[in-house]
Amino acid sequence: MSNENMTIHLKVWRQKGPETKGFFEDHTMDDVNPHMSFLEMLDLLNEQLMEQRKEPIEFDHDCREGICGSCNLVINGMAHGPELRTAACQLHMRKFSDGDTITIEPWRARAFPMIKDLVVDRSAFDRIMAAGGYVSVKTGNAPDANAIPIPKHEADLAMDYATCIGCGACVASCPNSSASLFTGAKISQLAHLPQGAPERKKRAVAMVNQMEKEGFGDCSNFQECEAACPVGISITAIAEMRKEYMKAVLS
Amino acid sequence: MPSISNALQTTIGRKILTGITGVFLTLFLVAHLAGNLTLFSPDPDAFNLYAHFLHELGPLLWIAEIILVVLFLAHAYIGISIYRRRKQSRPENYNYYNSKGGPSKQNAASKTMIFTGIIILLFVILHVMHFKYHLFSPETYMTTINGEEMVDLTRHVETAFHNIWIVLGYTAVMVLIGFHLKHGVWSAFVSLGASNPKRLPVIYTVGGIVAVLLSVGFLFIPIYIYLRHLFGG
Repeated sequence: MSNENMTIHLKVWRQKGPETKGFFEDHTMDDVNPHMSFLEMLDLLNEQLMEQRKEPIEFDHDCREGICGSCNLVINGMAHGPELRTAACQLHMRKFSDGDTITIEPWRARAFPMIKDLVVDRSAFDRIMAAGGYVSVKTGNAPDANAIPIPKHEADLAMDYATCIGCGACVASCPNSSASLFTGAKISQLAHLPQGAPERKKRAVAMVNQMEKEGFGDCSNFQECEAACPVGISITAIAEMRKEYMKAVLS
Repeated sequence: MPSISNALQTTIGRKILTGITGVFLTLFLVAHLAGNLTLFSPDPDAFNLYAHFLHELGPLLWIAEIILVVLFLAHAYIGISIYRRRKQSRPENYNYYNSKGGPSKQNAASKTMIFTGIIILLFVILHVMHFKYHLFSPETYMTTINGEEMVDLTRHVETAFHNIWIVLGYTAVMVLIGFHLKHGVWSAFVSLGASNPKRLPVIYTVGGIVAVLLSVGFLFIPIYIYLRHLFGG
């Protein structure tokens, strides 16, 4: 692994707002440390832009440790970039070569409207969650940890689906802009737990209906979402969502 | 709770209907291929007798035909509407788009479902006009088997497949059907709720095998008849 600084050519999507036309802006950076994260590289670029009194590039970020789901960059045509099971914030410049040209675009979907540059509005996901992605509990003292026995296998499955960070890479990478992996994971994580049982049917129907209303596309079982998902949620979540929904409708 | 008919109009319902109709259409292909293979039966009349038997079913055959047409049109209609929704769901497309690989099933088969589907739809219309209504044939050949007069479908098939262009056209479409099935069989199972992670790779492989068997089975017939004609077998 070389520690020498790299030269990177960037083609970054710039767009002033939802109504204006976007375009690619070219930047060349000669001082990219290979151990920088992708977002640190963009920070450096933004500092340089500000020093030149130019408008910095807007991009979403928060925890920078792969768990908040804020970062949303389509890097070289792939949501979160070329590395599997990695959010853009955990992607490092050493994954690229000196002299590479890297393209950066925002998530593109009608349900994720453009705000500015690389930032899009993902509140469609919040509305899907608000439709049923929760359990209603009486607040009070925390219950005993193991008061409700849950088989290990079921607990593991629920946990696998619960790792979804809601970043939207599934929508961004899907050729149909479907949100099925997200909605499927959120329905399935609770379908495997006794706490989710009382609202199970209502939840499946309400969340699917909300997903439909938001204008996401249909799932064609490309499985591209699973490849793009930074936590590697399996498309079994989608098959489970279909079963949950049909069971709710048929009973 | 939504009614069943409302549920079937959601994204879930569309995929379930596509899956169910797809499974039945695939089963129809299996039956169709089995029927076609009677062309190679040691009894030279087997294929004509089989076609005659189907015709003699009368109303039963009509019902089967109506069901097939409904399955086919529903499958095509939903497929086209999914494609249209896809266009609406991403009004501004990516300038650079690549598959991430790994578990992705984006390949020549899955990316061309709408294209192969439309070609198959047009082909089926022509194919029915060709062999059921003999629209491209100057006359309807008749034959008498066991004292009963019936259409000599064997002669129609052989006459058609002595024409290299018809053979090439059928072969090309059969390859496209194979592509459609390679993604379609797997996709139908996932749409109908296959969610066991251990079985999914098996389903994908089996889907590929079904696609190859049906595709090769169907394209074997025109090619074999043409070569037999060419070499005077």
